Amino acid sequence: MELIAFYILAAIVTVSAVAVIAAKNPVHSVLWLITAFFTSAGLLVLIGAEFLAMLLVVVYVGAVAVLFLFVVMMLDVDFVELKQGTLGYWPFAALVGVAFAAEIALVTFARSAAGDEINAKPGAATNAEAIGQVMYTEYLLLFQMSGIILLVAMIGAIVLTLRHKPHVKRQNIAKQTARTRKDAIRRIDVESGKGL
Amino acid sequence: MSAFIQEHGLLFGWLTVIGQILLFTVVLLLSLAFLLLMDRKVWAAVMMRKGPNVVGPFGLLQSFADFGKFLLKEIIIPAGANKTVFLLAPILSLTLAFAAWAVIPVAPGWVVADLNVGILYLFAVSSLGVYGIIMGGWASNSKYPFLGSLRSAAQMVSYEVSIGLIIITVILLVGSMNLSEIANNQSGGFWTWHLFSFNNILLFPVMVVVFVMFFISALAETNRPPFDLPEAESELVAGYQVEYSSTPYLLFMIGEYLNIVLMCSMMTLLFLGGWHGPIPFGEEFVSNFPVWMVNLGHLAWFMAKTVFFFFLFALVKAVVPRYRYDQLMRLGWKIFLPTSLAAVFLVAGYVVYAGVQA
Repeated sequence: MELIAFYILAAIVTVSAVAVIAAKNPVHSVLWLITAFFTSAGLLVLIGAEFLAMLLVVVYVGAVAVLFLFVVMMLDVDFVELKQGTLGYWPFAALVGVAFAAEIALVTFARSAAGDEINAKPGAATNAEAIGQVMYTEYLLLFQMSGIILLVAMIGAIVLTLRHKPHVKRQNIAKQTARTRKDAIRRIDVESGKGL
Repeated sequence: MSAFIQEHGLLFGWLTVIGQILLFTVVLLLSLAFLLLMDRKVWAAVMMRKGPNVVGPFGLLQSFADFGKFLLKEIIIPAGANKTVFLLAPILSLTLAFAAWAVIPVAPGWVVADLNVGILYLFAVSSLGVYGIIMGGWASNSKYPFLGSLRSAAQMVSYEVSIGLIIITVILLVGSMNLSEIANNQSGGFWTWHLFSFNNILLFPVMVVVFVMFFISALAETNRPPFDLPEAESELVAGYQVEYSSTPYLLFMIGEYLNIVLMCSMMTLLFLGGWHGPIPFGEEFVSNFPVWMVNLGHLAWFMAKTVFFFFLFALVKAVVPRYRYDQLMRLGWKIFLPTSLAAVFLVAGYVVYAGVQA
């Protein structure tokens, strides 16, 4: 049963991953990418890592891919033109692909040779508990470092886009609500035929 | 579920699951028909109108008449639309709205899938809801739908952040992400409900603020007034739904209302004790009854609370004027995000130093 489910999910991941690069329309590419993400979450559930699966959906599908889709929809780039020279990159792409495949094979064979099964199920504790137990103890430094890297990236993005324009009107709600009739309304007697 | 399958065999187990799903779907759709009517009736009552009162007694059959009307109309697909994505969008948003209900326990044990990461699943599925809207707006190939969908994407992503942090406070208090356990943590009467948390009295002010923020974020997350900017009719006609007609529109609408009811039931489960009554009495007496009878009583409590929240949603729609877009973003990022972060901080500190449990 699990094997059948694995092969179905794996087939969907592979097909949609191919479709990401094969699709003509960039928005379709992103939609295929989302399918691939979502199905990978299914694969994670299958090996018993349901916490990671949910995080994958929340972070990648729910947030990152939304912004990605956002940007791709707004871009007005002629992708047909952009794709014209892609055939020339095949050797490079093949090299990267082979490197990836070799790395995965190395890890798999090294582990099976060492005799330990690849198993995401952490003993008796549930997934989330198991991650929580090591994240803030054993991997505290790494965790905080990655947090700082993200913070730096965020501040960098803000610094790059922050512009103080001098003549922009901004709403100050406290100031608005603190206004009384006295500073808002002035009574002027206008003599007829004279104007202000 | 797996224990159940081992007991009764694979085929029977699968049939039971399918039966449960069908039951959930039918009951949800039927109650949705009347909740829709309630929404319009409350809205009408605030404006001192009568609301729908022609079809059936008190207009009770209004939603069914609307349903028939939607089904019988012609599906119009704009010439410049991206046909596949255009039709996929409403299907996706309805499917996701239903999928989220898989983990909602309406009474002890009455749930399709009792996941250990149930609340994360809910959060994940509700964060996918934005795709239906973005895809619909983009595929329509028209200006207003596109603007509406952009607005809604930004809005939903913003408010998800504070919803996530608020959920974390509840998870910290319970020490589990299983929705049944979250409900059972509040079994000792209304003073143990997370909204009041009188048993951890220091947390009372924090949890009330957190609850109010969750309610407002839920309004924004489901694109309800006063945050219905994606479909602000005075600016964008009907936002991402402009080009939709007939059944696809109906699917969008059902999905939207299902999400609203889902948010109501989430508030019930997270803050108002789920299926537990406000005063625990008669447990001894009730224990002689068959389980399904007791569970029906629990179900009644659950539904009463959910309907109460739905009533609040309908009331807010009627009495509050629409926000401006920059005000919406300001509220989400500058007020809710810091406040909910502070709440997580306080609750985490309390759990560690006052030692709740977990």
